[in-house]
Amino acid sequence: MSEDLQTASATPGASVVEPPSPTRTMTLAGAVNAGLRAAMERDPKVVVMGEDVGPLGGVFRVTDGLHKDFGADRVMDTPLAESGIVGMAIGMAMAGYRPVPEIQFDGFIFPAYDQITTSLAKIRYRTKGTVQVPVVIRVPFAGGIGAVEHHSESPEALFAHTAGLRIVSPATPQDAYDMIQQAIASPDPVLFFEPKARYWDKGEVDTSRVAAELAGPDAASVATAEIGRARVARQGSDVTIVAYGPTVRLAMQAADVLHSEGAEAEVIDLRSISPLDADTVIASAKKTGRVVVVHEAPTAFGTGAELSARVTEQAFYHLHAPVLRVGGFHTPYPPAKYEHDYLPTLDRVLDAVDKVLAH
Amino acid sequence: MTGQGPLSEEGLVRLLDRNGQRTAHPEYDAYAADLTPETLRSMWRDMMLTRAFDLEATALQRQGELGLWVPSLGQEAAQIGSGYALRPQDYVFPSYREHGVALTRGVDLPGILGTFRGLEHSSWDPSAHNFHVYTLVIGAHSLHAVGYGVAMDRDGLVGTGDPARDAGVICYFGDGATSQGDVNEALNFAAVYRAPVVFFCQNNQFAISVPTTKQTAVPVAQRASGFGIPGIRVDGNDVIASYAVTQWAMQQVRSGQGPVFVEAFTYRMGAHTTSDDPTRYRLSLEEDYWRERDPIARLEAYLEGLGELPQDFRDQVAAEAKELSTRTREFVKNAHPLDPVVVFDNVYAEPHALVDQEREWFDRFQKSFVDQGTSGGHR
Repeated sequence: MSEDLQTASATPGASVVEPPSPTRTMTLAGAVNAGLRAAMERDPKVVVMGEDVGPLGGVFRVTDGLHKDFGADRVMDTPLAESGIVGMAIGMAMAGYRPVPEIQFDGFIFPAYDQITTSLAKIRYRTKGTVQVPVVIRVPFAGGIGAVEHHSESPEALFAHTAGLRIVSPATPQDAYDMIQQAIASPDPVLFFEPKARYWDKGEVDTSRVAAELAGPDAASVATAEIGRARVARQGSDVTIVAYGPTVRLAMQAADVLHSEGAEAEVIDLRSISPLDADTVIASAKKTGRVVVVHEAPTAFGTGAELSARVTEQAFYHLHAPVLRVGGFHTPYPPAKYEHDYLPTLDRVLDAVDKVLAH
Repeated sequence: MTGQGPLSEEGLVRLLDRNGQRTAHPEYDAYAADLTPETLRSMWRDMMLTRAFDLEATALQRQGELGLWVPSLGQEAAQIGSGYALRPQDYVFPSYREHGVALTRGVDLPGILGTFRGLEHSSWDPSAHNFHVYTLVIGAHSLHAVGYGVAMDRDGLVGTGDPARDAGVICYFGDGATSQGDVNEALNFAAVYRAPVVFFCQNNQFAISVPTTKQTAVPVAQRASGFGIPGIRVDGNDVIASYAVTQWAMQQVRSGQGPVFVEAFTYRMGAHTTSDDPTRYRLSLEEDYWRERDPIARLEAYLEGLGELPQDFRDQVAAEAKELSTRTREFVKNAHPLDPVVVFDNVYAEPHALVDQEREWFDRFQKSFVDQGTSGGHR
């Protein structure tokens, strides 16, 4: 509450109407839902589509209530065909719509791989910028929920290797709320990877900031720039831990443990995988001289490998230790009872941090 | 509940009506003629066992023993009927709900739950049963079925006229899968190569929450003709008709006449999976309608009418069902993970430097906890 209001309410006889608070507590899933709702209210061309996104509200209830409030033309249950969903979204985008297709689970994105990498990513380039395809593909991704095969994968690097796509992943309800709207406002295609194990995490969400930003001039440019920026989630001087999506919380936990042991970790939440906000990471690497990258995706040929190369190229003489990666192994995603051995754990992150601190 | 479009009952082959009365059919009676009362009792038994197992698995999931379960409730006739029409040399590509077909192929049902407990990706050796593992990617296996069938044909296992040798492939999938590109490609490839494949679509009327009416504008079997494949619709809650139509279809493919598409029209009485809540997208009235058309009750009524379901047989099946449920429970409760280093097994047939290196690192990392005498990690 602002000082003015406090003063006013203390004045006898003055009638005060509390403005609706722009800050609400939301789960990450609820924040995506609220962000979609805000985007749909803002722009009648925004259309949600996918398998079971209608009356069911999606298998994770991320589109809950949207079908009821916006109708079947704005929230389309589609036939069961990922390539069809993305391909149709591309066509609608060419005709001026802002489709937000959902791929129900990470491991089911591959029937649409051709449409995403061959068409969605390249149409602007092929048409010399005359055709826009502002499609935002939402993908619940990564593991940790004890699911069966093909429901826990982290395929972001497969797409990051393709020019023309922006690839982001929110780690907090605030970012989920803001970034889904910014992604929809962007003229470029965006893959929006939602960390499904974090769907139920709660946090405070200020709904006013992105609303003001998207009402302002150059909203599309500002929004696109925003989703490409990393966030320093915690300041520290001894080691930099870089994470995104599902592993940000893990990195924060590691930083807590390290703090109790007298070491200060800086945690960077990348937010964007493509583009990679190398400047933020390089600045931190120059400060700490030690970098550990943590993601669920396999380390081989992954985001961590790219970051490691960038840090080595741009901050080599500031490094005290090699950049280490903590991530999935070079195996298919294992059965659920083994996923906690496969995924990065607190112990594995701390083990890597110990190694870089030992230099 | 019925009408035009994909849910029309027009043209459904039906040999048992909803009250269990046998109805004559000019073409398909011949394909059910070999069903003796003993075989019919055996079908009833297998439907009962499938249901007992399925209900036990659902209960185990509710108790937290399984991560997920995919119920086959209500689809027993389509599965047991078609399964009985298969020969040992036929090859089956199931989707992931074919527990009844698995039973007819000699797969140990409780073992299936290792997958749904999160312990393994599959629990049987496909070559031991000519029954491939479950495929969770919708429709992906339909193309594999075509390839397998083409290979069988090439190896002289089709159309020789020797019933002990001639073989075919059957591929199970649902109404939702018919929207996938893979399935449409499979139908086209099968027609072009005259592959010995029966495409067996159990139209259970829902793809999770999406009704068949939003999946396709016409009955799915009708699509087959566009590919040059005969499409036939059968009442999937009628085990005798499901058997007869599959008999006919398998004879077609085994004799080298090319692929066949069968749509078994049925109803998913349960949820898509235990993660799903059908009350959000369908009426209980509709479930009641289909409960009155229960596939097991229908065969039961028929057998009773014939005086071929004696009490001692009922008692025996009840005891078997109870035993299966108990064995299922015990299997699940005693199924535990192995040393996690197994996650590195079978990625490749031959050594791969990175996998070997990661396995070695993981093993050492894991043992470092044991050395410190802690179970919770280094800190």
